[in-house]
Amino acid sequence: MNPKQADKLMTFVIYLMSSVIIVILMALLIYILVAGLPYVNWHFLTSAAKSFQSGGGIGAQLFNSLYLLVLSMLVSIPLSLGIAIYLSEYSQNIRVTTWISSAIEVLSSLPSIVVGLFGFLVFVVQFKLSFSILSGALTLTIFNLPLLVRSMEDALQTVSLSQREAGLALGLSRWETVVHVIIPECLPAIITGIILSAGRVFGEAAALIYTAGQSAPPLDFTNWNVLSLTSPLNPLRPAETLAVHIWKVNSEGLIPDASAVSSGASLVLVVVVLVFNVLARYLGNKLYKHMTGE
Amino acid sequence: MNKLTEKFSTFTRHLDEQEHEIALFTNDLRVRYGTKEALHGVSLQFERYKITALIGASGSGKSTYLRSLNRMNDTIADARVTGQIKYRNVDINSPAVDVYEVRKHIGMVFQRPNPFAKSIRENITFALERRGLHDRQKLAEIVETTLKQASLWDQVKDDLNKSALALSGGQQQRLCIARAIAMQPDILLMDEPASALDPISTANIENTMQELKKHYTIIIVTHSMQQAGRVSDYTAFFHLGQMIEYDETRKIFTRPKIQLTEDYISGHFG
Amino acid sequence: MDPIAKNLKQRSLSAKIETKGRLITQLCTVLIVLLVLAIFGFIATKGLTLFFHDHGSLWSFFSGTTWSPDKVDSHRQPVIGALPMIVGSFTVTLLAVLVATPFAIAAAIFMTEISPQKGNKILQPVIELLVGIPSVVYGFIGLAVIVPFVQKIAGGSGFGILAGALVLFVMILPTITSMTVDALKAVPRYYREASLALGATRWQTIYKVTLRAGAPGIMTAVIFGMSRAFGEALAVQMVIGNAILMPSSLTSPSTTLTSVLTMNMGNTVMGTTSNDALWTLALLLLLMSLVFNIVIKYLAKRGALS
Repeated sequence: MNPKQADKLMTFVIYLMSSVIIVILMALLIYILVAGLPYVNWHFLTSAAKSFQSGGGIGAQLFNSLYLLVLSMLVSIPLSLGIAIYLSEYSQNIRVTTWISSAIEVLSSLPSIVVGLFGFLVFVVQFKLSFSILSGALTLTIFNLPLLVRSMEDALQTVSLSQREAGLALGLSRWETVVHVIIPECLPAIITGIILSAGRVFGEAAALIYTAGQSAPPLDFTNWNVLSLTSPLNPLRPAETLAVHIWKVNSEGLIPDASAVSSGASLVLVVVVLVFNVLARYLGNKLYKHMTGE
Repeated sequence: MNKLTEKFSTFTRHLDEQEHEIALFTNDLRVRYGTKEALHGVSLQFERYKITALIGASGSGKSTYLRSLNRMNDTIADARVTGQIKYRNVDINSPAVDVYEVRKHIGMVFQRPNPFAKSIRENITFALERRGLHDRQKLAEIVETTLKQASLWDQVKDDLNKSALALSGGQQQRLCIARAIAMQPDILLMDEPASALDPISTANIENTMQELKKHYTIIIVTHSMQQAGRVSDYTAFFHLGQMIEYDETRKIFTRPKIQLTEDYISGHFG
Repeated sequence: MDPIAKNLKQRSLSAKIETKGRLITQLCTVLIVLLVLAIFGFIATKGLTLFFHDHGSLWSFFSGTTWSPDKVDSHRQPVIGALPMIVGSFTVTLLAVLVATPFAIAAAIFMTEISPQKGNKILQPVIELLVGIPSVVYGFIGLAVIVPFVQKIAGGSGFGILAGALVLFVMILPTITSMTVDALKAVPRYYREASLALGATRWQTIYKVTLRAGAPGIMTAVIFGMSRAFGEALAVQMVIGNAILMPSSLTSPSTTLTSVLTMNMGNTVMGTTSNDALWTLALLLLLMSLVFNIVIKYLAKRGALS
């Protein structure tokens, strides 16, 4: 076979393999859509799950997922911003910086089940928080930190050195320069990073099954007493999330319509992640335009 | 060596007290990056309300020297600056001196225009507000006077809320000048302020400098000898990390005392 | 005394703010470092209890094929043969990566070398979306589609290593592809131009120049995919059958390290040998992710050198 024939053949092979990928991936997306759509309706999204009968909804799970997301973001955003500022602005010793960055990289490569087990050991057992929203949120924070730190560090690095010099030369401290000049300037990138990580957190299950728990006690949305077990806001109640629910109904098989419930829940999960993705892009662009005065 | 520097400083201090003419001087200023010394002991003085130009080839240490004067070299991890920088009888190179206070009195304009990604107004008011000035009327006054001093007012007075990034390069640089003088510094350091600009913007900046020197002592680094000749009252020639010659500008450009200076002026190198 | 001179010698507001700000960021950073150390410390302590307290033998852990930690053998040592899940974990991971890599490379070549326009319009957005799909969704689809499919073509229950590997293949494909695209994009344009100018065909250029120059990056992508596959818990657990047996074939129910942890951690009591043995599995997972990390570091260093 001469080189020209080989070229033609390999081009064909690459086209073929790429098409296979597109077919697989599109089929996957279409399957999620087609399988889930018939089950997703207002009743499904808002009603409580059932343990042994069919016809249960995912209301509590959906709320739990969002509540956990918000709580863990409340902890992880300021924390990772602090770390990113230290690494990008303050740390002057290259060896220390490399060492810390490696530690963060190791953290980001840990399997989420291992992070979940650590959360179980520390928050659930040692701190006696039991299976609760709080244990889950703190574990998700560990899971989320490395990615968030990385994206914030990258965002800070996109602002040129001359902006920092400008602030310092006016007699401002580095901290003031970072907080009032650098961060506003890269806010679009920071927000994009936060929303993308939110999508990841929203779909995480393995880190939660032994921290936030696998049960969703019925919620009374009129009960605002934070200490009551049926109050949605109680951070110490166990809280099965949407992702954990999909796993749970499939691996236990106690409800007859497990496949219907998981189809619907999967679609909801994927749509939420998709919304986060689109939102991240849209908001990022819009904020960027707003800030550069276009 | 020590005795000599002592003598020099008593002499200049004497001068400072007598005629109030020296705004700032350095004594045996050395800058080391890691183990490499980039500036080998420079002693220079700067007269009040005059423009002093620092000239020399790239790598001559002129920018390094300039950045030491407001302690901007502090921000570089492995830079070490030794020697004295005397301002108002205080050695501002001492670690006991508050570096942020120093920079308030010794402002700086950089090579590339670097306005904040904020509105034109905020670029000027931002640092003032951080320092506790919130009187709206006063801030508006400062915006107007500084923009006028930087000869930018007429072009932007109707667009003060527009983003500074929408301005042209020359306008941005003048905004940076306005931003620097809004802090009411004594001394203004300019690091090749026109090198990124076109000839017309350069001429504008040079005219602005002539206005500014009525109120500020200006030290400018420039790679353009023509520019140094046009704008400065005094010129210091730097070569390979040393200050070779310092004199009135017209003397440096007509009758330099040192051969190296003459070679550089006449374009034999650099 | 000159008031300005006096001010110069005092600590300004900025200096105070700076001290505070720096301290805050330092505390955050110390916290995350302590966190990483705590994870290693806690899990290593729990994981080693099996050997130091419960008299488990390291040798039988890595070579034994029977896993019943609540029982003891004739030497009065707990029966902790973890080989079935170790083999299971490695087999699903390697199979998944083996299938995914050629596809990922082909897609990446398509997107960077053959038709960047179509690639950017069709493949890129789909792949980015799939990277974000939660792993339980992959697991559920595996259960609903792949397991019945395997059952149809191979018989048996359909649960097993093949189903697990296929689920992981789809799951890590987007990740490996997008990293490979980055690796190929990083190869300078003029490499290709020089090769094409010498009369080489496009495939020759891709094969001999682009892929070779991008090799360290592609390797990183592959290892990264392996690390994800090895650590994935739920998607695999849902389709592998969860039988702690040495896999006899690709379609017989078996298990992985993560699956055993997921299934049994809730069913054992803290402090018992059965529970300690699970923590040893967690420690093994932790160490493996460390190994993947070190390999990626090494590849990055080599890539930077060449």
